[in-house]
Amino acid sequence: MPGLAHYLVLSALLFALGLFAVVTRRNAVTILMGIELMLNAANINLVAFNKFVAPGAMQGQIFALIVITLAACEAAVGLALVLAAYRTLETVYVDEINLMKW
Amino acid sequence: MAWGWELLRAFVGTIIIFSAVAFIAVMFGVLLERKISAWMQSRLGPKHVGPQGLLQTLADTVKLLQKENIVPARADRTIFASAVVIVPLAALLDYVVIPFGTTRSGPLIFRDLNIGVLYFAATSSLVVIGILMAGWGSNNKYALIGGLRSAAQMVTYEIPIGLCLVTVALMAGSLSTVTIVNGQQHLWYVVAQPVAFLIFLIAAIAEVNRVPFDLVEAESELVAGYFSEYSGMRFALFQLGEYGEMFAMAAMAVTLFLGGWRGPVLPPVLWFVIKLYALIFVFMWVRWTYPRFRIDQMLNFSWKVLIPVSVLNLVVTAFFVVAVHR
Amino acid sequence: MSGEAIAFYLLAAVTLASAVVVVTTGNIVHAAAALVPSFLGVTGLYILLNAEFVAGIQVLIYAGAITVLILFAIMLTEGGTGLAGRQRNEQAAAGAAVAAAIAILLVAVAGRTTWTPEPGTLPSYTPGAIGQSFLRQNILVFEGTSIVLLVSLMGAIMIARREE
Repeated sequence: MPGLAHYLVLSALLFALGLFAVVTRRNAVTILMGIELMLNAANINLVAFNKFVAPGAMQGQIFALIVITLAACEAAVGLALVLAAYRTLETVYVDEINLMKW
Repeated sequence: MAWGWELLRAFVGTIIIFSAVAFIAVMFGVLLERKISAWMQSRLGPKHVGPQGLLQTLADTVKLLQKENIVPARADRTIFASAVVIVPLAALLDYVVIPFGTTRSGPLIFRDLNIGVLYFAATSSLVVIGILMAGWGSNNKYALIGGLRSAAQMVTYEIPIGLCLVTVALMAGSLSTVTIVNGQQHLWYVVAQPVAFLIFLIAAIAEVNRVPFDLVEAESELVAGYFSEYSGMRFALFQLGEYGEMFAMAAMAVTLFLGGWRGPVLPPVLWFVIKLYALIFVFMWVRWTYPRFRIDQMLNFSWKVLIPVSVLNLVVTAFFVVAVHR
Repeated sequence: MSGEAIAFYLLAAVTLASAVVVVTTGNIVHAAAALVPSFLGVTGLYILLNAEFVAGIQVLIYAGAITVLILFAIMLTEGGTGLAGRQRNEQAAAGAAVAAAIAILLVAVAGRTTWTPEPGTLPSYTPGAIGQSFLRQNILVFEGTSIVLLVSLMGAIMIARREE
């Protein structure tokens, strides 16, 4: 029976993969994909703790729902920024966007 | 080993749903479309294959099966092939929560989820990914434009569908489809919520890319839109996905608004089938009556007309539900 | 092995394998397409954790909307030209070391802490109960999130609009 430890290990690995994507990828959209993976890992943690450690209330699931909603907002604004940057700077690679003023 | 039996049940259920949808929805539906369009245009439809043309779609499917599977030269093979799987899969997954009738012990439904309506909205939104991947993987400008337009249209029209689903769930007090059908014992929700019914029908037609919202497959403009490059069995699977989704939307409209399987004398499954085909007739009637919308007219219609009206409807419904319950 | 353990390992394998494809492949569209099995694996894990409503919302929003948004952004920017640039920057080795170190740290901390479960039984996580919870204990979070949604909607439209 998978217990709390299994879920925590899984979310730690998923978080590390997302972190690797954010730190090492050049394309801005891929960095956003890594951020979504990290948010998913945090959500798994929240829901797992709700079931195994604090089963009396449903705060973990409520928190996970709010995190999903905010992830959608942040993805929308982040991708709008990427589109606007592409339009003026002609590139989406973050190591080429190094001017403070165009 | 209880999970073994559940796995077997899911497997058998999958085969049953796939065969039923493939036969009743797609084969009969394609033939019905050709016959109805023929009657509305004062001509006869297919008549030669089988009695009154009933085996026409079977003959078409056999023909499609023996065609060559062409993959464009520089298309992305992984994405090209996986798009074919996603679209019919998402369309077939819709049927899990639709109650078709009653058995001796309970409703005839594959699985009565307590988030049934939410599950339906979620699986309808999975089709968009398949369409985007089909448009991209074809390595074809027309397919790409068709795929992007279709994805924008489907994402836009999911919102009025979701709001109408929420309105009906508000009146029934639950997200489970069985509870919604049971709540229509005295009054069908189409009488209590005519606006929501109309919005749901319009948005459902737009969601499955049918005329008058079929700019993405406009034969005169985009060849065939996002599935231009698919041939043979892959084309048949896309048609299965499209017709299966249309039948799933009609079945959900019957469940939510027209009382599901409720009816006086005939057995419940027969009532369900009668209501389902009445709605399918309305869909096909609309197809052969109206001209096609432009993409900007289509998107404006959803954002500026359907969404405000359905939000207003939701607010008024909530007000009445709370006022009546006090 | 119980069915739950088999389901957990299968879903964990699907999630982690797709996440590895997302972070290592050089083809951006393959990365975006591999997000979908990852999110669906996480959905299965939520269902194992008795969180069906969160699972439904996860499919609807993550696999249905955020993936479409990411694919649109790819097709409207450089990925849409089909040219593949170099995808990994110079810090790849250091980044991998840091990520591995964080994973080991998290697993070690989680393994050494004794998580004492509080007394209580699982409430029925029906959508009705979640709705009641949103309107009673968590109403401030609910209203705050709706304001954040409105602001981010307006902000995204303003930022991505073409200057005319």
